[in-house]
Amino acid sequence: MLELRWHSRAGQGAVTGAKGLADVISTTGKHVQAFAFYGSAKRGAAMTAYNRVDDKIIMNHEKYMQPDFVFVIDPALVYTSDVTINGKENTKYIITTHMSTQELVASQPKLEGKEVYTVDCIKIAQETIGRPIPNTPMLGAFMKISGMYDIEFFKESMVRILGKLPQKIIDANMIAIQRAYDEVK
Amino acid sequence: MAFDKMELKDIEVWDGNFAAAQALRQCQIDVVAAYPITPSTPIVEGYGKFKADNYVEGEFVMVESEHAAMSGCIGAAAAGGRVATATSSQGFALMVETLYQASGMRLPIVLNVVNRALAAPLNVNGDHSDMYLGRDSGWIQLDAYCPQDAYDLNFIAFKVSEDHDVRLPCMVHQDGFMTSHTAQGVHTLSDDVAYSFVGDFKPMNDMLDFEHPVTHGVQTEEDWHFEHKARQHNDLMTKVMPKIQAAFDSFEKLSGRKYNIVESYDMSDADVCVVCMGTSVETAREVATEMRAKGIKAGVVGIRVIRPFPFFEIGEALKDVKAIATLDRSSPNGAPGMLFNEMAGALFNTDTKAMLSGYVYGLGGRDLTKAHLVSLYTELQANVDAGKVTTQLQQFIGVRGPKLAFL
Repeated sequence: MLELRWHSRAGQGAVTGAKGLADVISTTGKHVQAFAFYGSAKRGAAMTAYNRVDDKIIMNHEKYMQPDFVFVIDPALVYTSDVTINGKENTKYIITTHMSTQELVASQPKLEGKEVYTVDCIKIAQETIGRPIPNTPMLGAFMKISGMYDIEFFKESMVRILGKLPQKIIDANMIAIQRAYDEVK
Repeated sequence: MAFDKMELKDIEVWDGNFAAAQALRQCQIDVVAAYPITPSTPIVEGYGKFKADNYVEGEFVMVESEHAAMSGCIGAAAAGGRVATATSSQGFALMVETLYQASGMRLPIVLNVVNRALAAPLNVNGDHSDMYLGRDSGWIQLDAYCPQDAYDLNFIAFKVSEDHDVRLPCMVHQDGFMTSHTAQGVHTLSDDVAYSFVGDFKPMNDMLDFEHPVTHGVQTEEDWHFEHKARQHNDLMTKVMPKIQAAFDSFEKLSGRKYNIVESYDMSDADVCVVCMGTSVETAREVATEMRAKGIKAGVVGIRVIRPFPFFEIGEALKDVKAIATLDRSSPNGAPGMLFNEMAGALFNTDTKAMLSGYVYGLGGRDLTKAHLVSLYTELQANVDAGKVTTQLQQFIGVRGPKLAFL
């Protein structure tokens, strides 16, 4: 069982990202689950989304999770939410920030001693898609850190999932995914 | 046909809401009258989009309340057509008056109920309060545990509900958010296969058949009211279960997916078991397997058909187990709990000496964790070892503050 938790603000696309990732993984024969805590679902409110991946049918519907990976797609949530809650010793953190990993960890002592990777998904999204929607770049970074799939296979799958969007937006997302893949450290 | 078909992958990653919306599309509903409410909104929203994109050709009626939504469904069903809608919680509560009209008028309507808590305090998350509110309404009630079930049970619902020997409306329940907004792999049927399973709608006593005028929604006082209600109850008690079983059997032939009126898991040699509904059934199955690795013979009984209540099937499923816990996800508000009461009723005149205890859990979407279930099974095993219930009969799982226990 592989378990992922997304920290996001409502409207930044964590649910879409989690469902998109589940869709890609499902096509490779694995079982998937994607869900979220919405709370009162106000745009901009902090929220979390989740993925489970397994070789057998996923029957566990508890919301409690000790994630293998934590994605933070809004830079301020590192300070206003506990992104390390229910973490394991080997949980990997991929965090959107304009800072270097070293600067980030220095600014948030809770991350000290954890396996932390950083990438500026917000900047990448703004420069490619033209909007601060950091979900698809985060998945590009995840492909790099996890080595889950070849990045070309992943991008092809995402083209299908983004299917009905205008071609220009799909192309921009592909560039964003590749950039995050290349830039995550 | 005037509408387009949709190509689906064998496995689509859908949440429970979208799975239900897709099933409605494939059943080709004549009239959907709907008033959206969280968390069921995406069902009618999804269906509305299918309509706008020419994937369905029925009518979509936007109304001003859930009372009006069900009233519209009743009118359309009486006129003679395939009818469905969806709701949750407060919307369901507002529908209650019309639910009794639908069943009393013997109208086949499929209502997707995405289970959610009832205010006050206001809460949009999943519990079974609305489902419990509907249990005396004369509807058939089927319960989904995951998005796959939410998809499949819609086909079963139309098949049973519209059967001329049944002609009773049917609810398909799924857990708010835990199923409705949780995406999982769903094995699909092609449009043609799905539609051929439910078949064309066959009208009966339809008001639009002007050659054979009929009256719907009549008044009967003490001269006939009791006979109508007794006949309705008779049909629920005697005719519905065989039709559900037949529908499950033919659905299994079609899809390979087997549903049962009572879903027993590892019960053949179980010492301890939980009886529950919704997503908790699946989580409990996973924990039961883990308990067996620790030497506790654990099982799970899931209720698939809530109404008509599977009285004998439950008695059969629980006949050899030593300790039973019922898990009610609705505040009993001054009583032991619906499942506790129903299990007690089903077992009282049998030979079982099983110990029965009740638990209230998960209100307003409060998480039921695997750790909770491990404690629960451990407590049941302690009852077995002691030969008596060692706790009070009614306990709460996962509520903060001083421990609450009653009875």
